[in-house]
Amino acid sequence: MSAKTPSKLEKIMAAGHLGVTSECGPPRGSDPDTIREKAELLRGYVDAVNVTDNQTSVVRTSSLATCIHLKLMGIEPVLQMVTRDRNRIALQSDILGAASFDIFNLLCLSGDHQSFGDNPQGQNVHDLDSMQLVWTARKMRDEGKFLGGADIKRPPQMFVGAAANPFADPFEIRVPRLAKKIEAGAEFIQTQCIYNLDKFELWVKQAQDRGLTEKTYIMAGVTPFKSAGMAKYMKNRVPGMDVPDDVVKRMSDTPKEKQAEEGVNICIETIQRLKELDGVKGFHIMAIEWEEMVPDIVKRAGLYPRPEID
Amino acid sequence: MIVADKKPVEEIIEYVKDHSKILVLGCNECVTVCEAGGKKEVGILASTLRMYFANQGRDAAVDERTLERQCDHEYLEEIRDIADQYDAIVSIACGVGIQFTAEKYLSIPVYPGVNTCFLGVTEQRGLWTERCQACGNCILAYTGGICPVSRCAKRILNGPCGGSSKGTCEISKDLDCAWQLIIDRLKAIDRLDLYEKMFPIKDWSTDRAGGPRKVVREDVQI
Ligand code: SF4
Ligand code: SF4
Repeated sequence: MSAKTPSKLEKIMAAGHLGVTSECGPPRGSDPDTIREKAELLRGYVDAVNVTDNQTSVVRTSSLATCIHLKLMGIEPVLQMVTRDRNRIALQSDILGAASFDIFNLLCLSGDHQSFGDNPQGQNVHDLDSMQLVWTARKMRDEGKFLGGADIKRPPQMFVGAAANPFADPFEIRVPRLAKKIEAGAEFIQTQCIYNLDKFELWVKQAQDRGLTEKTYIMAGVTPFKSAGMAKYMKNRVPGMDVPDDVVKRMSDTPKEKQAEEGVNICIETIQRLKELDGVKGFHIMAIEWEEMVPDIVKRAGLYPRPEID
Repeated sequence: MIVADKKPVEEIIEYVKDHSKILVLGCNECVTVCEAGGKKEVGILASTLRMYFANQGRDAAVDERTLERQCDHEYLEEIRDIADQYDAIVSIACGVGIQFTAEKYLSIPVYPGVNTCFLGVTEQRGLWTERCQACGNCILAYTGGICPVSRCAKRILNGPCGGSSKGTCEISKDLDCAWQLIIDRLKAIDRLDLYEKMFPIKDWSTDRAGGPRKVVREDVQI
């Protein structure tokens, strides 16, 4: 696959390197320094930084504004957009807004249901779904057209991605659904956090058998556990998360003061094992409120230094 | 059918407490089936209101009536002769019936005695669940006869999302994931091929998004 946009992330993966992304959750307030401090921790260790869009339906500084802060710092952002809060007018408009700041990466999601967040009484929009948003972004870029059919002056130049959760049910349609997302135009896929490696490998293999790994860059999602409590919480409380018993046990068998270290070890072992998979083209390291761990993980997983690409 | 649920009686009392001649008006259709607004419920609500007024030492009359339907001129006209006697009507038909009653009896306050909830089915006695949001452009042919618009919490047309787990929706373990049902059903009718194509962006202008809707059928107009 050759790069079609100015996205650094795309160019790196197109050149055959493993891509590395991480994420930065915007603050529950308007202090730009918190954004800058978090992003600064990641500088040089990842190719691009995802900025979450009101994740878990909790109100935060907007993803777009945060992406602009990153862009101005010289850090490449991945704009996450959920279809929960905006209709097709607002989505297209924000894509243009991002394009006007030369934001080159977009990740399309449906978003967690608002009942998880701090405004459970709110409406949701879901005018488009995530797949249709991917399709929309590609139409805007490739055809230079709005959904309404009119021409766009200076169309967006975005590397368009989507998420995939190999662990959600029903498993048998997870690969067909991936195929549909790719058909809709998803050029990269960031997956749900992987703890069940066997299941993930099976999913990648099925994707490979359908030729999908040649059509999109699959970036494996990883999240280090900070504690055994977090492992249990993810296992039992987060919908669509698959944390096998032996992983939880490994965390709980570790003395409390060593659990964070063990969580990081598991994360690094995961990356090392998945690096060997042909179908995996990169890693998405989601160190939730633990950005300072990312450089260490990247280094110890053998993903440092990051390739230079112009 | 249209499914409604009873309003808390305190709320209804708050509406009618200053009135003295009240008609509780039920409907024989959907709300009778979902046991929220039929003849039986009219009786219960009227007695409760009478008891309230008696306890307050207030001299108020509460009468009962249940119409065949409140969404048809014909049946609503049946109270034309008596309507003027009342200074309030509490309608426990669905929101449609309540409004039509209010439109027809312009000078009498009409209060809702139920919360109208959704278009649904009786799964079992005492359990009603949603099936349709009247989007005006039915897509059931492509989704195995299961509606993602009304039954997927995010009305995803290309589901299931990443939160679908063991057949249930991410928002509640008590809720089926619509997309699990769709996949099961497509499998059962051997039409999983329908799943392979991306469902295109939906035209929501026939939904509430397009403004209040009308169906005009000149062929049946008199
Ligand atoms: S697709 Fe629309 S009309 Fe058909 S059942 Fe669903 S909401 Fe109702
Ligand atoms: S879990 Fe299923 S029903 Fe719930 S939002 Fe996701 S796709 Fe829709």
